[in-house]
Amino acid sequence: MNSLFTPLSWDDTGYILTGVWNTITISVVAIVAGTLLGMIVGFARAESNKTVNFLFGSVLDILRSVPLIIQLILFSTFVGAIGHPMNPFVAGSIVLSLYTMAFMSEVFRGGFESVSKSMQTAARSLGMTYWQTIYHIRFPIGLRAVLPSWMGVALSVIKDSALVSVIGYMELLRTSEQLISRTQQPLEILIGVGLFYFIISYPLSHYGRYLERKMAI
Amino acid sequence: MISVQNVHKSFGDLEVLKGVSLDVPNGEVLSVIGGSGSGKSTLLYCINAIETINSGKILVDDVDVHSKDTNKDKLRQKLGMVFQHFNAFPHMTVLENAALAPRIVKKMSKEEAIEIAKKELEHVGLGDKFDVYPTRMSGGQQQRLAIARALAMKPDFMLLDEVTSALDPELVGEVLDTLRLLADEGMTMICVTHEMGFARDVSDRVAYFHQGVIAEIGEAKQVITEPQNPLTQKFLSKVR
Ligand SMILES: Nc1ncnc2c1ncn2[C@@H]1O[C@H](COP(=O)(O)OP(=O)(O)OP(=O)(O)O)[C@@H](O)[C@H]1O
Ligand SMILES: [Mg+2]
Repeated sequence: MNSLFTPLSWDDTGYILTGVWNTITISVVAIVAGTLLGMIVGFARAESNKTVNFLFGSVLDILRSVPLIIQLILFSTFVGAIGHPMNPFVAGSIVLSLYTMAFMSEVFRGGFESVSKSMQTAARSLGMTYWQTIYHIRFPIGLRAVLPSWMGVALSVIKDSALVSVIGYMELLRTSEQLISRTQQPLEILIGVGLFYFIISYPLSHYGRYLERKMAI
Repeated sequence: MISVQNVHKSFGDLEVLKGVSLDVPNGEVLSVIGGSGSGKSTLLYCINAIETINSGKILVDDVDVHSKDTNKDKLRQKLGMVFQHFNAFPHMTVLENAALAPRIVKKMSKEEAIEIAKKELEHVGLGDKFDVYPTRMSGGQQQRLAIARALAMKPDFMLLDEVTSALDPELVGEVLDTLRLLADEGMTMICVTHEMGFARDVSDRVAYFHQGVIAEIGEAKQVITEPQNPLTQKFLSKVR
């Protein structure tokens, strides 16, 4: 027997679970941060004039168009070059969150803009203040409208998080790559990893559709 | 009383109100008629401080609507407004629609707000719809909800902007009946309308708007049946 390669065994469970945990962690961080930032930026864009929007929009266009893998490498190389190297989790979280924000902001902007001016005027005519109208009318209606698109972005972030492996973050894909090079069992391992992404995404997208039906207005 | 004094209003280069003066005493129902673009809606929006004015003055119970010192949100509580579009809040039940403003604007307790909302919904004939979502109701029902929602704020005046124009013909009657009820109860109202029968029968006076000025104003029956101004005559012969 070749002692260089050792087959997959139950002892690898902990290692795999670390990868699973790290994938979930960075996905949750990026979805939460990207959602909050995206909500703020999306709202600001829905409320701003053309010029401000053009400037805002260009930055977001860059974030959306440059492939995530390049943004990850550029960012972690850049912070290293200016003498502030970051650990892969921090660097990955920042890049993935901003990337998520860029998509979420468009989603939320569409939602806020879907609430008609005349609906807002009706609320104001009842004596509601600007902020009361936003809190009680515009946000709840806008957010319901975008739930399906939000879910779509969130699911793709879970999958995109695999790319953070390129800067050395030990998420599921990277742990599995290392297991593959040790065990030489790519098929079993990659099928397992694929299954994991499926098991996470499928119920989420179903739950999303359920929520969508339930909140249909 | 609502007092409009020589109001001018422009959108950019377009002068929409060209010196409008008008007094609506308490208890009066005034219908405003006129062609498209003559400034009828703009006048209501200016009274409710949704739009600013360029010159002149509007007083609501002696409060200068467009003064910097006037709290516009507070002022609007006195002025109920209903629009052509129903604008029901789609994420709330009928009862929640009507109870929202009393609760968050007037800071009533939840129980108080619900009680007043129920009363006004019953008032407009929606007593059996409390827990329904407005999108499941007819246009006529949604428009009556909009009226009840405004009434729940206990306004002293109602401003109505073509509230039947978006309705299917067979639903117009139920909304006009509701307005007639309010008129009988003594509510002070300014109704922009294309319903000449309503203007003639329900209102005390009718004002005819033509290109940003009041071309004729007078007792309702007289203006509708025997208009004095040739412009009014021409307009009425076209809408009949
Ligand atoms: N926010 C706005 N910005 C620019 N122009 C406006 C605005 N609101 C209204 N106008 C213009 O002002 C004029 C008067 O509009 P207004 O809505 O008061 O007319 P109206 O008498 O209510 O007509 P209609 O019977 O069609 O409702 C129109 O020419 C309209 O295009
Ligand atoms: Mg109008």
